[in-house]
Amino acid sequence: MMQRPEDTIPDRGESHGWTTACPWRASITLAWREILRFLRQGSRVVGAIGQPVIFWIFFSAGFDRNFRLEAGSEGQGASFAEYYFPGTLVLILLFTAIFSTISLIEDRREGFLQSVLVAPLPRWSMVLGKIAGGAVLAVIQGGLFLLLALTLPVEFTFWKLMQIAALMLLASLGLTSLGFAIAWRMESTQGFHAIMTVFLMPLWLLSGAFFPVPSLSADSTWLQIGLYGIMQVNPLTYTVAGMHQLLYDGPLSSALDLPPMVFCWLVTIVATVLMFSIACWTATGSSRAGP
Amino acid sequence: MNTTPSAIDIRDLTHRYGLRVALADLTLQIEPGEMFAILGPNGCGKTTLFRLLSTLMRLQSGSVYVLGKQLPQQSDEVRRRIGVVFQSPSLDRKLTVGENLRFQAALYGIRGRALVQRQQELLDHLGLADRIHERTEHLSGGLRRRVELAKGMLHRPSLLLLDEPSTGLDPGARTDLWRYLEWLRDEHQVTVVLTTHLLDEAERADRIAIFSQGRLVALDHPEALKASIGGDSITIRGQDPATLRQAIADRFQVTAKVIDGHVRFEHPDGAQILARVMEAFSDRIQSITLGRPSLEDVFIDKTGHRFWSHGEDDAAT
Repeated sequence: MMQRPEDTIPDRGESHGWTTACPWRASITLAWREILRFLRQGSRVVGAIGQPVIFWIFFSAGFDRNFRLEAGSEGQGASFAEYYFPGTLVLILLFTAIFSTISLIEDRREGFLQSVLVAPLPRWSMVLGKIAGGAVLAVIQGGLFLLLALTLPVEFTFWKLMQIAALMLLASLGLTSLGFAIAWRMESTQGFHAIMTVFLMPLWLLSGAFFPVPSLSADSTWLQIGLYGIMQVNPLTYTVAGMHQLLYDGPLSSALDLPPMVFCWLVTIVATVLMFSIACWTATGSSRAGP
Repeated sequence: MNTTPSAIDIRDLTHRYGLRVALADLTLQIEPGEMFAILGPNGCGKTTLFRLLSTLMRLQSGSVYVLGKQLPQQSDEVRRRIGVVFQSPSLDRKLTVGENLRFQAALYGIRGRALVQRQQELLDHLGLADRIHERTEHLSGGLRRRVELAKGMLHRPSLLLLDEPSTGLDPGARTDLWRYLEWLRDEHQVTVVLTTHLLDEAERADRIAIFSQGRLVALDHPEALKASIGGDSITIRGQDPATLRQAIADRFQVTAKVIDGHVRFEHPDGAQILARVMEAFSDRIQSITLGRPSLEDVFIDKTGHRFWSHGEDDAAT
């Protein structure tokens, strides 16, 4: 009878000094790699921050005359620059998430990630490292953009800044997880670009980032009703709404008829946890690393 | 009864991509401490086998034990014990040599003094000590492959798997690579398993498995494989090869084949038969070649077609 191979091979693990990696430590290393790579590719900074900032400046100037948001009894209007600022912040988070996950497509097949995939680590550790790295980068870039808020009538307190940073981090984790789940399934970067155009950009566009959620009335068209519905169920709507409230706790927020802040936090947290779980499940459940 | 423990023990392994069979009913044992080459043209199934053994792909059917641990149930145990060197670079080009190694070490839980010591050993041995602070994007192909080897050996695996390791290397770098692999086998008893499509490279291995269209067609020591050919090979180009083949077979009682428009047969005394063939059929022969048996002859003998032919290329993975 044939002997089973496992019975005959002595385990020489000790003499070889085989060790087990701590998954958390491995995640931190992988996140650090993301940050290090980013710092060494200057063009990525320009890509993720440049375009949203240019949009903000151009749209603010262009829409300034046409956009009026009456701010209740105090009679003060909000400029488009103010309205669009939180939306631009979220766009920067989205762009950073896209840039840091698009590299997965090639990295996994013919790059550094190949060696991560054959390392004795749970898959979530790799997913967390990649996503946390991308999210930290997004928060840093969002923070840089936040400096421009000094040109707006926004009052910053330490507590407010902490809340903004926390909301940015949650949203970045969620968006990077979403990018991860999409990129992991992709065969080519072209495919990712297509998804970005037809899914990720509309996701942002219909979040109240660029125009407010329309209020419904008796003469609303079906299209407006549809749009309203989509914006209500889009989790990003609540992140943008939360950002609006954190930045402008006065009249602008009340004029927009935004959902309560607690609800904004809750939806953002749930969506982030859900997205991260989907990313982990995507990376674990598939054996698509093959040709 | 077979009591020899195998480094890799594959039984009845079949793998499909959709309808296409990439590996068909493969049974193969690789012994500990041997240098083993998996040889075949593109699309023969060797990359699929590499990906299965390196735990990148899931097994569909059959059983595979690597260093006594079963795939996929004990994947983590396997991963801890094997080193993998990929065909496409797995280095982060934006990071330095040292950073690449440190990041690899983190994946295997190697740190502190052990890391410093192993890193130093490997860099010294691979002639990379003065490159530690250089970004890998600035290194030559040969040096990059050495860093890949250092990455693969950092956790001191007992089995090193390499996918087409000499692709893109100049002859000097190839020699270095083989010298290092032989050193690993001889000094550290590391089992080295590599895939290759280069016939001359495979000859340096202790044993060769030749694959064609997902099937194992030959398995033995290089010399034994060549000896199995039965002598020198004679290849003849001439008009109407089918008739010529028949005429030669009838006259000299040899088994001749027509391969790619050439008549081909083997004979223990090539020089003598060549002269006799020339004498008999000089008017029908355009050229005639006498060759010592090569691995390509083995491949032709086992598959009935040349090493590089359409059937294989079409199925490239």
